Amino acid sequence: MLAYIVRRLFAVVAMLLVVTLVTLSIFFLIPKMTGSDPAAMFVGKQADPAAIEAVRQKLGLDEPLLVQFWHFVSGIFVGRDYTGGGDTIHCAAPCFGYSFRSEQDVWSMLVEAFPVTLSMVIGAAVLWLVLGVSTGVVSALKRGTVIDRVAMITALSGVSLPIFFTAMLAMLVFRTQLDWVDATYVPLSESFGGWFGGLLLPWVTLAFLYAAMYARLTRATMLEVLGEDYIRTARAKGLPESVVLGKHAMRSTMTPILTIFGMDLGALVGGAILTETAFSLHGLGALAIRGVNERDLPLILAVTLITAACVVVANLVVDLLYAVIDPRVRLA
Amino acid sequence: MTAPLHETSAGESTATVVAAPDAPGTPDKSGGSAKAIEGRSPWKIAWTRLKRDKLALAGAFVVLFLVLVALFAPVIVGLLGHPPDEFHEDQIDPLFGTPIGSWGGVSSEFLFGVEPVNGRDVFSRIVYGTRISLLVAVAAAVFAVVLGTVLGIVAGYFGGWIDAALSRVMDVMLAFPQLLFTIALVSVLPNSLLGLDGSGVRIAALIVVIGFFGWPYVGRIVRGQTLSLRNREYVEAAQSLGAGRIYILRRELLPNLIAPITVYATLMIPTNILTEAALSFLGAGVKPPTASWGQMLSTAITTYEADPLFMVIPGLAIFITVLAFNLFGDGVRDALDPKGSR
Repeated sequence: MLAYIVRRLFAVVAMLLVVTLVTLSIFFLIPKMTGSDPAAMFVGKQADPAAIEAVRQKLGLDEPLLVQFWHFVSGIFVGRDYTGGGDTIHCAAPCFGYSFRSEQDVWSMLVEAFPVTLSMVIGAAVLWLVLGVSTGVVSALKRGTVIDRVAMITALSGVSLPIFFTAMLAMLVFRTQLDWVDATYVPLSESFGGWFGGLLLPWVTLAFLYAAMYARLTRATMLEVLGEDYIRTARAKGLPESVVLGKHAMRSTMTPILTIFGMDLGALVGGAILTETAFSLHGLGALAIRGVNERDLPLILAVTLITAACVVVANLVVDLLYAVIDPRVRLA
Repeated sequence: MTAPLHETSAGESTATVVAAPDAPGTPDKSGGSAKAIEGRSPWKIAWTRLKRDKLALAGAFVVLFLVLVALFAPVIVGLLGHPPDEFHEDQIDPLFGTPIGSWGGVSSEFLFGVEPVNGRDVFSRIVYGTRISLLVAVAAAVFAVVLGTVLGIVAGYFGGWIDAALSRVMDVMLAFPQLLFTIALVSVLPNSLLGLDGSGVRIAALIVVIGFFGWPYVGRIVRGQTLSLRNREYVEAAQSLGAGRIYILRRELLPNLIAPITVYATLMIPTNILTEAALSFLGAGVKPPTASWGQMLSTAITTYEADPLFMVIPGLAIFITVLAFNLFGDGVRDALDPKGSR
């Protein structure tokens, strides 16, 4: 078990290094292809060439790709010094560099944005997991009935709606017309009511989409599981239906759902770009968009890395949980 | 597919995986009428099943209708609308920038109303938007399926280090924040490239990028199927008769992979439509003034409180298109499912 975890952790780190390198090389090559200069961007539009050159040296943008990669990665663990023009700026570990545009410390920007995204995703995840799985189970058990058909048509419509459209509809109805909720983000530390009210619409909107997907997945998996031999065996040996369904069937049904839940959670924490844009929440996704629109390489690099890290770590956690849920899985 | 990034779930893809129809000759239990005994290929069986599925047929009709709309967009707009880029400022309230007429300016002349501020004909823009949406989604799906099938078969059949390498590449790609990445890439594209200009570059880029991020999903499934097929008796039989690797890949494995690939390809199109809309919504789609549904929604985000219809119409266009493809795709999946009794 321990050996397995260690081996997987190594794989995680290797994967993140690859993602960083790929992102960095793409944004290393693009300026060369398109002729836009990151150093010039950092200084501003009307800078003289000498100032640009100084910044280029200070940020290490003239270094070869692999050297820049090394500086970036080591900066995350031990911090980094920017030296140039006589003075030195120390950027403490975890150092993700400074934004080219706002010249702010990228790490502090991440720290600011993270709680917004996390609040939004966790709240929605609880909702969609409960709603989606229970709908799917009921649908599978009542297969072919009106309940099943209505649930599945609703679910199919749910997965066919673009989330930014649902978001606007929700805001139009519940905020503009009915004036029930406020839909501006308030940190949890300031007021619970404000936090809850502000996030209610994003939660429901996001959860609707995901609940629809999970209902479809749960129903399909459950139906497959119910056809297995061990379910027949369990029934044949006279176990009550509640045990057959609750213990035997649910365990196997939850395994694939958990896998996807881990991946979805990871991907969303790393940046629910569309939801955040539609609700103007200033989370990681919004930060990412800002980075892209302003060609702010350190920002893009940091958010890409965080997203990938969330996905990979979530996968690892899920694999470990497998061993707990499904006795057939042995980790080696 | 975690389609990944227009924030949809990995669940979608795994839920839709279908096993290859068994080797020919497997008796079909869920058969239709048993008049005369006749040999039925898996495809024939699937076709009879699909014909009975009303929802799938409805989806297919809508898809057909949309394809016709896309093909004949200039004719339709010529008959029922105004040129998509023509401004009609006389339809706009100069003070608020909203359409003068009620309901977003809907009239017999402007069937779906007019766009706020510049008064372009929404109907014409929706009709032309069909072209972009379908073209990008279908072409990207084809690209992803071809790439995914080839690499998936290679990984599954040859195994060893080839499999290990390809599987790692797929893992990395699945962990990549696709949407973010695509926006970044599209935003730095030059205005003309390889003889294409303006919107052409963007459309080509959208197809390539969406397709490129789609192939690992296909690849994973094809690889898994190939792994389970390559040790079947009929493959061994072919080998013992002296068949070469390429022959086995092409004649023994590929035919058995067509079913899951077909299902995946049909269900990939709606996902791609959503991805294209999402990218356009975020400003990384086709360049204005070319009309696209996602872009209309992103314009609407500032005006929907005053003029809801301009938000509802493109939203509904996306919804109906995606729903139709999903209904059809689900039908194809159920029809091709060898266990098929759903």
